[in-house]
Amino acid sequence: LVCHENQMRERGTGGFNFGAYHPLETIYSWMDTLVAEHPNLITKVEIGRSYENRPMFVLKFSTGGNKRPAIWIDTGIHSREWVSQATGVWTANKIAADYGTDASLTSLLKTMDIYMLILANPDGYVYTHTSDRMWRKTRSRNPGSMCRGVDPNRNWDAGFSGPGASNKPCSDSYHGPSAHSEVEVKNVVNLIKSHGNFKSFISVHAYSQLLMYPYGYNCRDVSHQRELDSIGRAAVQKLTSLYGTRYKVGSICKIIYQASGGSIDWSYNLGIKYSFAFELRDTGRYGFILPANQIIPTASETWLALKHIMEYVRDHPY
Amino acid sequence: MATGELNPSHYPAQRAANVVKHYLNTRYGSPYRWVGLHKVHSANAEEVAESGRKYHLEISVQEMTGNTTEKCSAEVLFPALENQRSPQVQASCEALLTANTTAQEEALYQQYRRNHTLLSGHNLPDSYGHIDPDMKPLWHLGGVASSFVMLKESTENTLYNMAQVANVTQLETENDQLRFNYHVLLHDMVSQEIIHWKLLVTWSPAEGVKVLQMEELPKCEHCEVPPKPN
Repeated sequence: LVCHENQMRERGTGGFNFGAYHPLETIYSWMDTLVAEHPNLITKVEIGRSYENRPMFVLKFSTGGNKRPAIWIDTGIHSREWVSQATGVWTANKIAADYGTDASLTSLLKTMDIYMLILANPDGYVYTHTSDRMWRKTRSRNPGSMCRGVDPNRNWDAGFSGPGASNKPCSDSYHGPSAHSEVEVKNVVNLIKSHGNFKSFISVHAYSQLLMYPYGYNCRDVSHQRELDSIGRAAVQKLTSLYGTRYKVGSICKIIYQASGGSIDWSYNLGIKYSFAFELRDTGRYGFILPANQIIPTASETWLALKHIMEYVRDHPY
Repeated sequence: MATGELNPSHYPAQRAANVVKHYLNTRYGSPYRWVGLHKVHSANAEEVAESGRKYHLEISVQEMTGNTTEKCSAEVLFPALENQRSPQVQASCEALLTANTTAQEEALYQQYRRNHTLLSGHNLPDSYGHIDPDMKPLWHLGGVASSFVMLKESTENTLYNMAQVANVTQLETENDQLRFNYHVLLHDMVSQEIIHWKLLVTWSPAEGVKVLQMEELPKCEHCEVPPKPN
């Protein structure tokens, strides 16, 4: 039985190519394969539907218990940031593959759960394949406007509609009519709140090579600034050790811009102390259209940072 | 906005350094020299009465076409007056970005001049980040030409990169200058907008890159060109 499981891990889920960008249907069917290959570790949870009625699936990594302290990771909330979703896919596979062989990860999953939302904006992702590679927002209709979509990372209830978000529907940073107006956001909010035991909330974006912590909606230091900064720096050191990729660490507001209604500000204010946002490769040469041959290197180096954060969360229960 | 010594990792220094990058591209860029920002070492900013805000920067830049980095000292003045929007830049780099590209540039120039059919391309790179090796010089040239626009449009509240070359068409050579029509997509990190520009670009190894005409296109059919952010 053990031999067979090892073979399955090495072959991967039917030869899936982690070094390529895949359409939604392919990712969704790969998810089912992953779950089928790791039935004692992974379950697929539908957390709701998108505006255009596509299911939103979270992969829950758990070895049991009931609402164990949990880590949240989302990728692809901004649909054009393709290396984010691709990193999500690789990472889910990595967790599945390393469980049982990596001592640290295995110990983490003894006491904690990991929840991964790989396609946080499924409608937007499809749109980047069919119509506009540079689409960022959701695809909701805005009454009275010909422009569609809301920036899902300006739509959270944290300084909502403050500076750093637009009130114009045609804008790529349109915050929407009200906080959590976007069903894609509401689905996550509902899950996190009803679960009630998340200890870390990590959102993955691209590009700029940054690891950030709250706040975005104002430039004041959060009370855990020193701790978060120190975790961030250590995580980035691990990331850089793989290929030399250089990241900057700091609060959203100081490192890139003031931006209101962001997810990690909301999660932090909810009491989820270890809230972080990644901006993955690169720094502008390719930008959103990062070549596929950089997916695995990006995901691999990011994994070292993610692992560091998760281990820290495991070792610092609160 | 902060004055005095700036944290080189924070956005005010980064945005000013990005402007220097665009300036260097307009001065030294070519199909084989496309400059990127490597690192900001130090930065400070001061208010200059009746002029605006001036940044002093020590940065390293990187030629995206090679692997060399080079130190530069620069000054960026963001003007205060509303009708004089473009920043003014002075910069001097260690070796003035003189990695020898002359031979490649000459070869490319001659090759394009001899073309029987005029070149064209679109979606450089494509959605998957792929670009034909033959098209790379046109991609780099588009990036350099875009820097003319991005330099002109930059403020303390923008951070521009070229997102993609939507379209490039070679036109008849005139006065020994290769000529191209470009449609480029620019990305402003701060507003997160994708902005479309049409450029008329000339290049020769002797004259360098020039942009003869530039025109911003509206985001969509029914959209107007948006008002400039403050």
